[in-house]
Amino acid sequence: MKKIDTEHLAALYAAIGEKYPLYLPVKQGAAVNFAPYTADAEVDLTQLKTVKSPKDLFFPQSEEMMRFEKKDGMWQIYDLAKEQNPFVLFGVRACDYKAFEVLDNVFLSDPKDTFYAHRREAAIIVTLACFSPKDTCFCNVFAIDAANPQGDIAAYLSGTCLYLQAQTEKGKALLDSLGNINGALCEADDTDETALGGIRQKAKAAFEQLPFASLDLSAFHGDMKETFADEKWEKLSQACLGCGACTFVCPTCQCFDIRDFKAKDGVIRFRCWDSCMYFDFTQMAGGNPRTTQTQRFRQRFMHKLVYYPKRYGGTYSCVGCGRCVEKCPQHLNIVKVIKEFSKGGKEEK
Amino acid sequence: MTDLYNACLSRAQELLKSGEVSRVVGWKKGEFCFDVSPAYFESAEELNEFTYDYFCGANLSKYLVQIAKKEGKSAVFLKPCDTYSFNELVKEHRVPREKIHVIAVECRGKADIKKAESVAGEGVLGINETDDVNLLEIKTRSGKTQTERRNILLTKCLSCKGKKHVAADEKIILKEPIETGSDRFAGVEKLEAMTAEQRFAFWKSELSRCIRCNACRNVCPACTCVKCVFDNPESGVAAKANDTSFEEQLFHVIRAFHVAGRCTDCGECTRVCPQGIPLHLLNRKFIKDIDTKYGEFQAGEEAEGKTPLTSFKEDDGQ
Amino acid sequence: MQSIENGNALNGAGTQTFVPKIVAFCCNWCSYAGADLAGSSRLAYPASVKIIRVPCSCRVNPTFVLKAFQQGADGVILCGCHPGDCHYVTGNYYTRRRMALLFSFLDYLGIERDRMRVEWVSAAEGARFSQVMNDFVSKVTALGENRKIADIRCKGASGGEDVAGGNNDD
Repeated sequence: MKKIDTEHLAALYAAIGEKYPLYLPVKQGAAVNFAPYTADAEVDLTQLKTVKSPKDLFFPQSEEMMRFEKKDGMWQIYDLAKEQNPFVLFGVRACDYKAFEVLDNVFLSDPKDTFYAHRREAAIIVTLACFSPKDTCFCNVFAIDAANPQGDIAAYLSGTCLYLQAQTEKGKALLDSLGNINGALCEADDTDETALGGIRQKAKAAFEQLPFASLDLSAFHGDMKETFADEKWEKLSQACLGCGACTFVCPTCQCFDIRDFKAKDGVIRFRCWDSCMYFDFTQMAGGNPRTTQTQRFRQRFMHKLVYYPKRYGGTYSCVGCGRCVEKCPQHLNIVKVIKEFSKGGKEEK
Repeated sequence: MTDLYNACLSRAQELLKSGEVSRVVGWKKGEFCFDVSPAYFESAEELNEFTYDYFCGANLSKYLVQIAKKEGKSAVFLKPCDTYSFNELVKEHRVPREKIHVIAVECRGKADIKKAESVAGEGVLGINETDDVNLLEIKTRSGKTQTERRNILLTKCLSCKGKKHVAADEKIILKEPIETGSDRFAGVEKLEAMTAEQRFAFWKSELSRCIRCNACRNVCPACTCVKCVFDNPESGVAAKANDTSFEEQLFHVIRAFHVAGRCTDCGECTRVCPQGIPLHLLNRKFIKDIDTKYGEFQAGEEAEGKTPLTSFKEDDGQ
Repeated sequence: MQSIENGNALNGAGTQTFVPKIVAFCCNWCSYAGADLAGSSRLAYPASVKIIRVPCSCRVNPTFVLKAFQQGADGVILCGCHPGDCHYVTGNYYTRRRMALLFSFLDYLGIERDRMRVEWVSAAEGARFSQVMNDFVSKVTALGENRKIADIRCKGASGGEDVAGGNNDD
């Protein structure tokens, strides 16, 4: 394990940025989001949750897939998928890292999504441990240990020190290639490891005491048809505005739409995030399978808690980051849905 | 629970019990103190979840467009600023006035949880009034903190239109109203004083964060088109997501223009934006321009009449 | 709406000089006929002014103006009947209010105010039409290419290779 004093973090970013494009949480106006590193970027490692999850480094909100052009009376088609150069994604929290696995199941299974795969292969991910969660966090419900994140390199921010532990070959290579950054990056000793162990232990206790730590998901293991037809959906979705805030800040939402755009020299086919909350979600020539907001609302949660786990070996398509809890304009969220369906959930309070 | 909450609750119970209304539209408790959601209550039993406190910032008037289609009369709790939106909806024939019973409810500003947390820290349990009208008390897990009222109010409350309800069938007002607003156009003027390049840089950095979630549009009581031009594939401008930075400009410019003269400045757009974009500064520019070019006008003040963009004077300037 | 042809011309030295692309929305009852009169009177105005005929200046929705800029216009001008002379009695009064607010708003967003204009040109004013267009083109030429509200996809990055497909930068 290596360590670096927080006052030298700028030198660490610069050292990584010299070798690879670097993306990390940057303060932009009123929000913190993952953005490219620049010398004047206001990096904020203390922010627990960026507004958007880092998923758009792999699955951008919109990306061009192919381009059609007419040349000498013939249509030329350009495939825009291409190999990516390695890049570093720094400061990913454990929940967001787990979300990459959720996306992998979808995009890397057959047929493989080449756009996503290229980016995923090129990424070197430095995760960042959480020691003081927010009340809206519930990652431990999905068996995520936020104090011991996975990733190519795991980083731990404690006091005035950032510890870096390489966990894969890729991570080790990156860490070794940085040298000692003018003496700032050095080996951590046993005292550091012991201190860090204590902090992790304390964090674990903090996670267990979170308000949503004991969310009960068993209600979603039963008869799918019964859950589907439940009258509760109507009440739960009453205040839903049909906006896409929950889906666009969600680290695991993976639905997209493909559209054409008439550009100057031809047509661009691009894909962009879609939201099941939108009235035209899965609109087809024959009509729309979901005509009411209640049905669309139900789709979102059934997908995360029932359909996805059924298809991918029991993994939920929720990682408990709590972004929807904070960002829904009218405060509807997955926690309220889970509680409403879990037996006696309301009485427990 | 406060006297105001009790007064609201008992009135809602009475209205439902007497059969005067079929449902009451109000706010429902959440998991924390701050995650209050709009809701319809149809029985006394459901009212157990009713709440009215410092976190009921949501404007309920837009829900009435759908609710008014249901059978029977509906009662709705409206804060002073919400009544302007309500009038505008009545004016545009989106809500039939006779189907709604307006309970005008006291408001002394609503709180922003992010601001409250930055003042008092995590674990906010509630916000209470104090003997001093300028101070509010934030109760957290670790104790109590007093702070200036203005420090923790929602952005929209900092330019409050005043404490007058412009629509009401009955009122629940227990305490003296307080003026929480200050200079409404200060933000716009600050931008106007910049150079064009600075303004462009400002809006570029703000609007480039837009994720096109449409929360601002969907919450807006003035945005009641059955099908928005940006959702209509036939319109030529439909876009589900921004593909270049221009998409956000197009969306936000057209949206602000379309609500110009109808926007009551309720500030819901800024409240709901997940990226914290100060969208009210767009609408307020139109309001300021209308005021200076065509005479003072407050949308929603009246439930009838023409708006500045559906009328003209022969000697208007160019 | 079609994207607008590249209006840049080669000058004698073989280098490109900037010729702005202008979209002119002209009312069928006045300025469109005014443009016609300018032509039949052999009064010159730049060929890069592309006229779109509309039934009344108030037919022009702010979306049209923005879309024109998006698709590569460097300037947008609306021409209607003089106030009081609208074929539909009041249409241009609404145009006047709408565009005054829209232009002020775009200025507020930091977009050059001189790229957009409303002018009243009657069917009898062929000379005025030509003079207005010449003046507008010279103003927009001085401002240079519209980059602020143009959609990069419409600027014609030719060939698939030029398109950035890399990591998302925003």
